[in-house]
Amino acid sequence: MKSLKKLLDKARPAFEPGGKLHAFHSVFDGFDTFLFTPKETSRSGVHIHDSMDSKRTMIIVIAALLPCLLFGMYNTGYQHWIATGATEFPFWQLFFYGFLAVLPRIAVSYLVGLGIEFTVAQWRKEEIQEGFLVTGILIPMICPIETPLWMIAVATAFSVIFVKEVFGGTGYNIFNVALVTRAFLFFAYPAKMSGDSVFVALNPVFGLGGEVADGFTGATPLGQIATSGATSHSELAQAMTTLTHEPLSTWDMFLGLIPGSFGETSTLCILIGAFILLATGIASWRIILSVFAGGAVMSLIANWGATPTYPASFLSVGDQLCLGGFAFAAVFMASDPVTSCRTNTGKYIYGFLVGVFAILIRTYNNGYPEGAMLAVLLMNAFAPLIDYCVVEANVRRRMRRTRA
Amino acid sequence: MSIGIKVKRGLDLRLEGGVADTSAITAKPTRTVAVIPDDFPGLVPKMDVREGDRVASGQPLFHDKARPSIKVCSPASGLVKAVVRGERRKILRIEVEVDGSVSTTHDTTGVFADASKAKSLLLESGLWAMMNQRPYAIVPDTEAAIRDIFISGFDSAPLAVAPCELSDAGKEQMKAGIRLLGLLTKGKVYLSRRPCQLFPMLDGAETVTIEGPHPSGNTGTLIALTKPVNKGETVLCLDLPTLLRIGATALTGIVPMETTVALTGSEIKEPKMVSTLIGASIEALLDGEVKADGKHHRIISGNVLTGITTPADGYLHLPYTQVTVIPEGDDVDEFMGWASVSPSKMSVSRSFPSWFLGKRLFNPDARLLGGRRAMIMSGEYDKVMPMDILPEYLIKAILARDIDRMEQLGIYEVAPEDFALAEYADTSKLELQKIVREGLDYLRKELE
Repeated sequence: MKSLKKLLDKARPAFEPGGKLHAFHSVFDGFDTFLFTPKETSRSGVHIHDSMDSKRTMIIVIAALLPCLLFGMYNTGYQHWIATGATEFPFWQLFFYGFLAVLPRIAVSYLVGLGIEFTVAQWRKEEIQEGFLVTGILIPMICPIETPLWMIAVATAFSVIFVKEVFGGTGYNIFNVALVTRAFLFFAYPAKMSGDSVFVALNPVFGLGGEVADGFTGATPLGQIATSGATSHSELAQAMTTLTHEPLSTWDMFLGLIPGSFGETSTLCILIGAFILLATGIASWRIILSVFAGGAVMSLIANWGATPTYPASFLSVGDQLCLGGFAFAAVFMASDPVTSCRTNTGKYIYGFLVGVFAILIRTYNNGYPEGAMLAVLLMNAFAPLIDYCVVEANVRRRMRRTRA
Repeated sequence: MSIGIKVKRGLDLRLEGGVADTSAITAKPTRTVAVIPDDFPGLVPKMDVREGDRVASGQPLFHDKARPSIKVCSPASGLVKAVVRGERRKILRIEVEVDGSVSTTHDTTGVFADASKAKSLLLESGLWAMMNQRPYAIVPDTEAAIRDIFISGFDSAPLAVAPCELSDAGKEQMKAGIRLLGLLTKGKVYLSRRPCQLFPMLDGAETVTIEGPHPSGNTGTLIALTKPVNKGETVLCLDLPTLLRIGATALTGIVPMETTVALTGSEIKEPKMVSTLIGASIEALLDGEVKADGKHHRIISGNVLTGITTPADGYLHLPYTQVTVIPEGDDVDEFMGWASVSPSKMSVSRSFPSWFLGKRLFNPDARLLGGRRAMIMSGEYDKVMPMDILPEYLIKAILARDIDRMEQLGIYEVAPEDFALAEYADTSKLELQKIVREGLDYLRKELE
């Protein structure tokens, strides 16, 4: 490590004002502080600081995403193998197929996003902030695997610039950056973001995998429901099948070996991630718990008044919570500290409403098979209002004391 | 009467270098003492003495420009060696070379019966300037009507020593101090204590027993949990040493300038209690006490949360009765410190192994351990602030210089020290105490 430190120290003067490479100062600084803890000591106020910093916070979120990411790689391969009509499923081949399929998407997302972040940091003469480390991995995880790379690039650039940087960077954004990327794709290129041919990888990657037969359809369970026209719970259960046309149980939905956006099919892996986030205290249990509570309550209501007009209303509570992006949104999207409510009371209300709206949109709007993304974005917009009401309660308490 | 309160939201930092034997006190005479005008927030010093003058202990060195009755007195008798000035001739400190032991004696007749006499004794003796007021956390205004008086009976700061025992003389001083202070307010005198502290029967004081972690010993916490300050009200705040000094002065006419200081911190060879004078030189206090381990040291007048960085040739700041020496840390190369799983990393976060490794002690250095960021995580401040305040929103209102919002969110109830733990725990490493201080000063400038 000493030699690395020496190398950095030797290179530093070139990046300082007047140096040849000053234009890349932020990049150098970013790598330097990443590799070695800054030596800056406190100038005012407290003399010691907690060892926790935003780098560690972000990396823990990434660690929590890893189970979903790894599972997503396997599942992508698995769904592809099924689609090609294979009968044998060699684990490592499946996994590598998924790995190779998702790698370019992760690379594009990071390249575009970090490129913009580095440029803006350099332009503003600020340190590089870590926020995009998480966003960059989230974007490929919440998109269908067949999303073209250029679309990911365009959508990432759009949201990093117009959702984050124009507001001032990490910590100042109103909407969740990764979700806006998803929403941008959803509304700009609807044909590529929904339907029955985008959620399963269709082409061989580097010689792995095979060709999928023409006319193959690989709809997600929620997609199947939307087009099923089911009039009862049992009809609905028949409509939901795996790619091999076998009926889908709640356990299948929980494990997640089903078609869907890359990282969000396995509720089990999402719960492992949730455990990591809650055990380390990074995410707010208030939000995560209330999203599930809100989703459960809304599912019960929908199920109680189930009607053939809205086939999804026949789904049981367990199915509702396991299907689609609901669990993923609850754990990784709604709990984003920047765009959610900041007061404790607000977190309960915010989370509950995210859950309610996710199921509400999914069930009662046939145009959108999934509602989690829109629910979180909608509540992002309302989070400041909820907080405002909670803060006003504190203010009123204070004012009443003055009058008394 | 007595009130019992349990503080839940707070944090006791587990630091190495606590004083093991608090009863053994070593004498550490100092050859020079200094008075530092910056230790008296809200005062603009106007000198009463010049370099080369001889002063007695307790004789005024300077007074406040706007309120000339507020005086700050010399902690020792001797020669005014230097009036050190900085940029724009700002007075940085007044150094007095200690020789002889001539003390100023104040007239104490009628101080227990007449409020104006009690007040003028405090002003003349310099004890007024050792107190603090809310709002603004400054030296108390002489004109304002004092709603209540809050006395912190113990110091809960990291490594601070808060003895349970009080000497007989101390008990008498306490009684006298409370009697005298009681004259200054129409309200009550609140005195906080730890459950182990057995105070004498005190007429005219409401004892508040506070259990729980720091900041349970801050006056801000005491006020917040008993009777918060509202707009337009002024309360007086002081600590136990000042109360005892007030009592002693009322009884004898002479301000005791001796103080007991705890030498603490991981870089002190053998943490101990020493007796010296207010404003003693750090050189005298730390002579032979600091480890010679080749590390860069940070000497702090006070504790690691609110204390003031002091050079090795500096002086002990008021109101602190503690000197902490920790490693500076600017000579440490740490590879990927953010990824560390070392059990020696101190943190409130459960992502470090230290939280399940039991009650171990830490020796952190002065590094920020991360980059300064915008406020990202939510709820971090609330966990260590036992007040009905929404710290994130108050900080934002201060940064926006929004006076109405600051008032609504309770700026009058807080002092910078109330935000110290939040500043420690903040992952975004924001300078909260500095922000609050600037906010209070801004508010005072705009409203007065």
